[in-house]
Amino acid sequence: MTSTDSQPFLSVKDLKVHFSTEDGVVKAVDGLSFDLVRGKTLGIVGESGSGKSVTNLAILGLHNPDSTAIDGSIELDGEELNGAPEKRLEHLRGNKMAMIFQDALASLSPYHTIGTQIGEVYRKHTGASKAESRARAIEMLKRVGIPQPDRRVDSYPHEFSGGMRQRAMIAMALVCDPELLIADEPTTALDVTVQAQIMDLLKDLQREFGTAIIFITHDLGVIADIADDVLVMYGGRCVERGPKAEVLRTPQHPYTFGLLGSMPSLDGPVDVPLNPIPGSPPSLLNPPTGCRFHPRCAFAEKVPDGRCAKERPLLEIVDGRGSACHLTDEQRREYLTDTAAKAH
Amino acid sequence: MLRFLVRRLLGAVVTLLIISAVTYMLFYAVPRDPSRIACGKVCTPETLDVIRHNMGISDPLPVQYWHWLEAIFVGRDYPGFGHCDAPCLGYSFINREPVLATVWDRFPTTASLAIGSAVVFLIFGIGTGMLAAVKQGKPLDKIASSASLVASSMQIYFVGPVALYLLVYQSHLLDQPSYTPFSENPGAWFTGLLVPWLVLALIWTANYTRMTRSQLVETLTEDYVRTARAKGMSRRNVFFRFAWRGAMGPIVTIFGIDMGVLLGGAMITEKTFSLQGIGLLAVKSVINNDLPMLLGVMIITASFVVIANIVVDACYAMIDPRIRLA
Amino acid sequence: MSDTTPLLDVSGLTKHFPIKGGFPIRRTVGAVQAVDGLDFQVAEGESLGLVGESGCGKSTTGRLITRLLEPTAGTITYRGQDISHANRKELAPIRSEIQMIFQDPYASLNPRHTVGKIISGPMEINGINPPGGREKRVRELLEIVGLNPEHYNRFPHEFSGGQRQRIGVARALALEPKLIVADEPVSALDVSIQAQVVNLLQKVQRELGIAFVFIAHDLAIVRHFSQRVAVMYLGKIVEIGDREDLYDNPRHPYTRALLSAVPEATVDEEPRERIRLTGDVPSPINPPSGCRFRTRCWKATEKCATEAPPLVQAEGNKPGHLTACHYPETEPTIPAPRLSKDPEAAA
Repeated sequence: MTSTDSQPFLSVKDLKVHFSTEDGVVKAVDGLSFDLVRGKTLGIVGESGSGKSVTNLAILGLHNPDSTAIDGSIELDGEELNGAPEKRLEHLRGNKMAMIFQDALASLSPYHTIGTQIGEVYRKHTGASKAESRARAIEMLKRVGIPQPDRRVDSYPHEFSGGMRQRAMIAMALVCDPELLIADEPTTALDVTVQAQIMDLLKDLQREFGTAIIFITHDLGVIADIADDVLVMYGGRCVERGPKAEVLRTPQHPYTFGLLGSMPSLDGPVDVPLNPIPGSPPSLLNPPTGCRFHPRCAFAEKVPDGRCAKERPLLEIVDGRGSACHLTDEQRREYLTDTAAKAH
Repeated sequence: MLRFLVRRLLGAVVTLLIISAVTYMLFYAVPRDPSRIACGKVCTPETLDVIRHNMGISDPLPVQYWHWLEAIFVGRDYPGFGHCDAPCLGYSFINREPVLATVWDRFPTTASLAIGSAVVFLIFGIGTGMLAAVKQGKPLDKIASSASLVASSMQIYFVGPVALYLLVYQSHLLDQPSYTPFSENPGAWFTGLLVPWLVLALIWTANYTRMTRSQLVETLTEDYVRTARAKGMSRRNVFFRFAWRGAMGPIVTIFGIDMGVLLGGAMITEKTFSLQGIGLLAVKSVINNDLPMLLGVMIITASFVVIANIVVDACYAMIDPRIRLA
Repeated sequence: MSDTTPLLDVSGLTKHFPIKGGFPIRRTVGAVQAVDGLDFQVAEGESLGLVGESGCGKSTTGRLITRLLEPTAGTITYRGQDISHANRKELAPIRSEIQMIFQDPYASLNPRHTVGKIISGPMEINGINPPGGREKRVRELLEIVGLNPEHYNRFPHEFSGGQRQRIGVARALALEPKLIVADEPVSALDVSIQAQVVNLLQKVQRELGIAFVFIAHDLAIVRHFSQRVAVMYLGKIVEIGDREDLYDNPRHPYTRALLSAVPEATVDEEPRERIRLTGDVPSPINPPSGCRFRTRCWKATEKCATEAPPLVQAEGNKPGHLTACHYPETEPTIPAPRLSKDPEAAA
């Protein structure tokens, strides 16, 4: 390891990802900053269109450069990735940083065997021979808990079950011992019992290899299980960040609060309605002015002078904790805990 | 694989039986009696009966059809001009030539035309389509797309004569179209067919350009292509190993069917360039009410299409492991 | 009809999808046993939740109840009438009383029809003319589901996913049904929108007294919405009961494992103990003999392989809480993880 554990391994600063479309410019990510240290997991939560997947494709440099403008800085282990030459990024991808996608069936090539797909990453980055990379593929399949790996290595993805495919995808991502693993909703398409298996596997592998993980999900339950820190995204911006326990216990942003209120629990009251957030996520073609959450926010009127609609709230992070909201700490204590008390 | 072939060949035989039976019935729906035409101006009922008997059309329709089918497998005796060995497709009503020999005689012309133009349109069509897909949205793509749109709306009976006029009669750049068997003189075979190849390929190239482009554009957005990029594969590698592999299946499918059709004769092209192929033979036998010849051409060309389909399915299964042959 | 007759009574419900194969002539060589002998009732105005993992047969069950599929065996009795094999004509009046809401709010609405036409469609097909006309009724329905009645002439693409699902609910309500089968009605929606739709369905169920069969894989949402819950595994109900009994005192090992696998958005001082199931769900073409869960169960014995456990009120269960297990769980709380170390050994 080249850097000490306290220094960020990945540091994203003021990231902007804008797509030009026929209808105008979509500001998919609009000023996002975060740090991640080795061996830790950052959970990114957000709904569709919040920019969580766009952010991670930008880290890997996978956006089409013709239609995407990426601004800001992405530093991996001290190396700037934004604007790095394609050859360099190709060298890093699959090697130092790897990604797992949601839909393993669609994300694995239907035309090549699992073994080929895992082995070719290894060959590309280590220059190993075909026989060596095949042996490595079998070893990886074994590592992620696929039974009879020496036989299954020659199977095609469609011959695997959903959980096995996701395991194979993890094996493919980890074959070169990456230091950064980005997992984009890796368990969303899976059943709960399989989801639990996959999350255990990721935790085990992290413990073993010290990988830094970015875990993208829309499910706060999954975050509670796997993340160390949480970053909540809304409309292309970070609205709240902090250690998992603090964000889930004492959310500071009304959006995080609303998400928690939207989710029924296994032991909560059943006869009261849920506390949904009204309205729908914003269009990023014409995003709301000021705070992007203000049209759906129950507390926007509590802030004087209509500031929420006029002024973008700044994200102030102190000791890794903070939120982007105009409410004062006192208001937050009053409103957010009050409503929470009513719900329970 | 063997099971697949046996099952599909059985299916093919059934298809061909249906096609021949339908052709047989339709032929008699046309109110023209070939025996009358053969009988000439002075025609007594007795002569007519003899002629009908000789032609094999005096029996009721199903019996006639049965005899026709039987002949394919065991041969047949024709009163008047002797035995015809199996596989026998009968004799022409018009010039008394054996049907099978006539069709086989013309087959090399049609096959040369089909294969030659296929080589041209595959190379240019797929090549241009790939370029257009890589340069998606850029000027090159737009030029290729609009050019192929124009070309695909062209018709051979227009492009053919224009090409003849410009390339052959005016500038003498290329030879007058003609067919010389390859075994006799490969050079003459090539130069004689060059103009028809180019003309026929022009229109098909456009189709293949558009198809290749759209297939590639679609597969390039597939998740597995993104995954390959995320693994660190280079653009070129991703393009040929992943995107092209996905685009290939549909292209092979269409090509197989097109090939089956082309081997059955390109009537308009053959007519335009006066090439004596199967297409022209089919047209002539329809005009002449020549049932045995027409049936022969139909069965043979239909076989090409049916076989092409089986080959396509087998190829598809090789390209895409998700397809199981059964 | 007496009060004790349930609205819907399903008995021995079975659906096997034939598998074609063989050579040289294709014939039926096997069957996917999607649903295999279900028994349950739904009372008027009650919501029954069907949960289970993919491939457990819950969606097939929904399609059988609405008779989009015909059962292979067993009976479906709706208000005393056997509709298991009813033909189109006999089904017509019942179709208007049993409605369905689908998962995908994008695919289930015709993009070329206006919202008005979509919602009035069922009324048109059944020749129903409500007082005041169909348009007035549609506007009322839009109001009920929380959409602007002015949006009568808009097309589905002008709405967000959550709004589209509301349109789906309005269409289901158009004929004043007695029973709605909702197949994963919120799983395609964003979390904040899910809650909106769940609240809407709850309002509809309470205020209009409509019974629901609520099919979902999200155990927390099912618990929130359904008074009674049935847990399915490989085409069979393994446990059924009132939600409190089932969630607080799960007796079937599978129910227990399933509940323990749900990630909850809470940070406990001590992490929750979990049961981890190993392996995959077996194929429904060739399900395990006896108890279908035995290949992944840590308690399985010889008996489980030879004898299918009946769905009965296990000792210690409250009335109506039925469990299909030879060795029902006894500890009241979720126990420490007991992993079956070797899944092959259990089989």
